Amino acid sequence: MKSIYDFIPEEKREDFAEFNVGDRVRVHVRVIEGDKERLQPFEGDVISIKGGRENRSFTVRKISGGVGVERIFPFNTPKVAKVERIREGKVRRAKLYYLRELSGRAAKIKDKNLR
Amino acid sequence: MLGILGKKIGMSAIYDDSGNRIPVTIIEAGPCTVTAVRSTEINGYNAIQLGFGAVKEKSLTKPVLGDFKKKNLTPVRHLREFRVDSVAEYNIGDTIGANIFTEGEIIKVAGKSKGKGFQGVMRRHGFGGVGGTTHGQSDRLRAPGSIGASSYPSRVFPGQKMAGRMGNQRFTALNLQVVKIIEDKNIVLVKGAVPGAVNSIVELLKN
Repeated sequence: MKSIYDFIPEEKREDFAEFNVGDRVRVHVRVIEGDKERLQPFEGDVISIKGGRENRSFTVRKISGGVGVERIFPFNTPKVAKVERIREGKVRRAKLYYLRELSGRAAKIKDKNLR
Repeated sequence: MLGILGKKIGMSAIYDDSGNRIPVTIIEAGPCTVTAVRSTEINGYNAIQLGFGAVKEKSLTKPVLGDFKKKNLTPVRHLREFRVDSVAEYNIGDTIGANIFTEGEIIKVAGKSKGKGFQGVMRRHGFGGVGGTTHGQSDRLRAPGSIGASSYPSRVFPGQKMAGRMGNQRFTALNLQVVKIIEDKNIVLVKGAVPGAVNSIVELLKN
């Protein structure tokens, strides 16, 4: 049986840094204002990577002005220009939804490469 | 109306340049062989018969196989006629592929819908059910309600919508946009859903 994946090649994004759940990333989002396009960075922790193939997406959480903000980005969307990894995080879970209940120091993810 | 036979591969999604996610159905459209040409002079109408899909010789009957042999064609599993305006440009043995369509074109896709089995009127015909659960009513939530008047006409009119078998019928999805064509693999990506199960045969029809 032919699978749909025989026909849609998996796109490996060159402009996406390797990252994992728990990492701090900076996502450069294409924003169109009038007829000009600029890049808006969104920096936060990756708290989930889910889906497969063309539906794969990741969730980035940051605290902005004391309020938690989460954005979900599909891996395939052309709206994301670039993803940079800022820091590797040390985590023991695949989904960090528990961070939503925590604040301040408790919500901080430890750096994997420290000590 | 010219068309082509294809096989539904499944659904997926792609993004357009502005980042919108477009749900698409992937259809393997062709390559189809012209297996017969019907013309006004001989048959009273203009059409071409297209064949699609590989088949083992032993699974065909001898009369069908003999027709292929006579025309010197590779046997195919599915045969379907498509009306055309003029048959002059078609010859038996010609191959028609996905390139008859262009990206952005609006087409129709026809196929046999998935069988749903015996379904009630709410699902089959979109009835609202008998409303209200009070006044002692307990068992008529999904019922059709009245099916007609009493002593006149003393019968139920033909065509009254009732429960019954649903699906497994020919159904045509209209106004589907061709999002992308991969010509070398004869793949057509059509925006939205298409009738039938994965691996079923569909007809892609030009508007």
